[in-house]
Amino acid sequence: MSAISELSSLRRSRAKTPEEKRLAAKEAGRDNKAGYLFLLPWLIGLVVITLGPMIASLYLSFTNYSLIQAPKWIGIENYTRMLSDQRLHTALWNTFLYVVVSTPVQLAVALAIAVLLNEGMKGLAFYRSVFYLPSMLGSSVAIAVLWRQIFGTEGLVNQVLQAVGIHSTIGWISDPSYALWTIVLLHVWTFGSPMVIFLAGLRQIPTMYYEAAAVDGASWRTRFTKITLPLLSPIIFFNLVLQIINAFQAFTQAFVVSGGTGGPSDSTLFYSLYLYQRGFGQFQMGYASAMAWLLVLIVGAFTAINFFASKYWVFYGD
Amino acid sequence: MTDLQIPATAAAAPTTREPAPLESVPRGRSTASRLRSVLKHVLLIAASLIMVYPLLWLLVSSLRPTDVIFRSPGLWINELYVKNYSEGWFSLSYPFSQYIINSAIVVVGAIAGNLFSCSLAAYAFARLKFRLRTLWFAIMLMTIMLPVHVVLVPQYIVFNKLGLVNTFVPLILPKFLATDAFFVFLMVQFIRGIPRELDEAARIDGCGHWQIFSRVMLPLMGPALGTTAIFTFIWTWSDFFTPLIYLTDPIAYTVPVALRTFLDATTASNWGAMFAMSIVTLVPLFLAFLFGQRFLVRGIATTGGK
Repeated sequence: MSAISELSSLRRSRAKTPEEKRLAAKEAGRDNKAGYLFLLPWLIGLVVITLGPMIASLYLSFTNYSLIQAPKWIGIENYTRMLSDQRLHTALWNTFLYVVVSTPVQLAVALAIAVLLNEGMKGLAFYRSVFYLPSMLGSSVAIAVLWRQIFGTEGLVNQVLQAVGIHSTIGWISDPSYALWTIVLLHVWTFGSPMVIFLAGLRQIPTMYYEAAAVDGASWRTRFTKITLPLLSPIIFFNLVLQIINAFQAFTQAFVVSGGTGGPSDSTLFYSLYLYQRGFGQFQMGYASAMAWLLVLIVGAFTAINFFASKYWVFYGD
Repeated sequence: MTDLQIPATAAAAPTTREPAPLESVPRGRSTASRLRSVLKHVLLIAASLIMVYPLLWLLVSSLRPTDVIFRSPGLWINELYVKNYSEGWFSLSYPFSQYIINSAIVVVGAIAGNLFSCSLAAYAFARLKFRLRTLWFAIMLMTIMLPVHVVLVPQYIVFNKLGLVNTFVPLILPKFLATDAFFVFLMVQFIRGIPRELDEAARIDGCGHWQIFSRVMLPLMGPALGTTAIFTFIWTWSDFFTPLIYLTDPIAYTVPVALRTFLDATTASNWGAMFAMSIVTLVPLFLAFLFGQRFLVRGIATTGGK
């Protein structure tokens, strides 16, 4: 079970009978001390590294704080300032575009290749490695450096275009109308990790379903939409949720490709990048905290919508 | 920043073998099916080439003088221009070995921390019954999905007050407190696949929880620990966000932060040297992938979702 379906099944688990409760309570007494001892590092981490800072950042989001003087309470001013912050709106739009384009495209490519590879073919291990590799390297600065060259005015892409007779002087990275899409492409390039998860999921679909469908003369398309997709839907859902959360936090590639500015003309200014500029460039810790909480709300809303929509398309076989 | 890009599902049961490939189509020897198979391979090979070409080109270009890089889309090479490597190695404020050592310290610390703290927490969640377990478990799962930014600013303020900026403590300490909840979950899944009879037997023999954990569970958790170690290695080695915030003194730079300074240093136009050092930073990742792929793939192989 994935983390996500686990979470929803916790929610779905039925109420216990009094007898079960009594037994559970008796059982519980036995391991209480050991349980909390084993859990201690995690609990300390939860309080000190996660919950404490969360509360602190919520407080800071209502203050003006630059690390030098004590935080000054300013009420909701940080939040109202966001309403008129043009760069924030640009950052939101860029991030939104990035999320809603790159995530579905990446997952679709991953699924297509996984289905292709799963048809019992020679060289599976080789192809899997080749497709998986970029996703292990893709988040590194080195690849972003490479991307900067590849999509530069005299970069590899234009050289290749030249070699096949297309003369291009477009600076993909320096032109605001293309820069964002080079980063989307980079994200799609790392489709390997969802692909591996899909492959693992495809392996779990009992062969007999396909055999039965073949006996009934079902077409490839029918088998895909009636067997593969429904049975894989929990995994697709899981990937979708995590990839969206992840894509909202994209930072490194935009930072390196734009040299930390989010340029050209803020076209690669991702939300994370703008938050970094505000918090750690200009040391506006209050504003950065408010931005962080806005991000939590947005990501939370997207996740909630995902969970809500999942009722209509995710198929749990239990 | 923990990158959740990676497969996040469950660990393989200890005895799992790779299942036989699924044959969804009855194998006819007809020309049509052969043609289809050939077509598929052509397609996949073309896709593979597109996928790895940038990497191969990067490798070859790291051995070319900068002016040649900008007119050679191909992969053939006349002479090995290794000067890029020596230039790149010494063109920042410290020799590149300094950054590699820094990164190595952080990586080793992070791996040790994750193995220690996540396995303890996972044992508690998977095997022990204690009050509020379900609540803590739900909170743990939710922290997997929490954007890191919401804890970033206060964490920075505290570490700054404690004078720990420009040390590796902010990068390593959280790992000893199981903040990479994803790995806790991975190990919980794995432990659930270990037969309970083993714990029972150990308990009857008079083992306490610590002994059951250290003598029975840990030795059996090899694959899950391996997966955790490899992922931690890859993520920590390429992590950019956290070191960028905490390490501002060049002597403390990890590899990604150092590599980034190439872009705004005066050497900005020296692409050859920059590519050479890019390769240097990618080699450990590549090796981890090469030797760890078994763990990476199998770590998510059996219970892929649901």
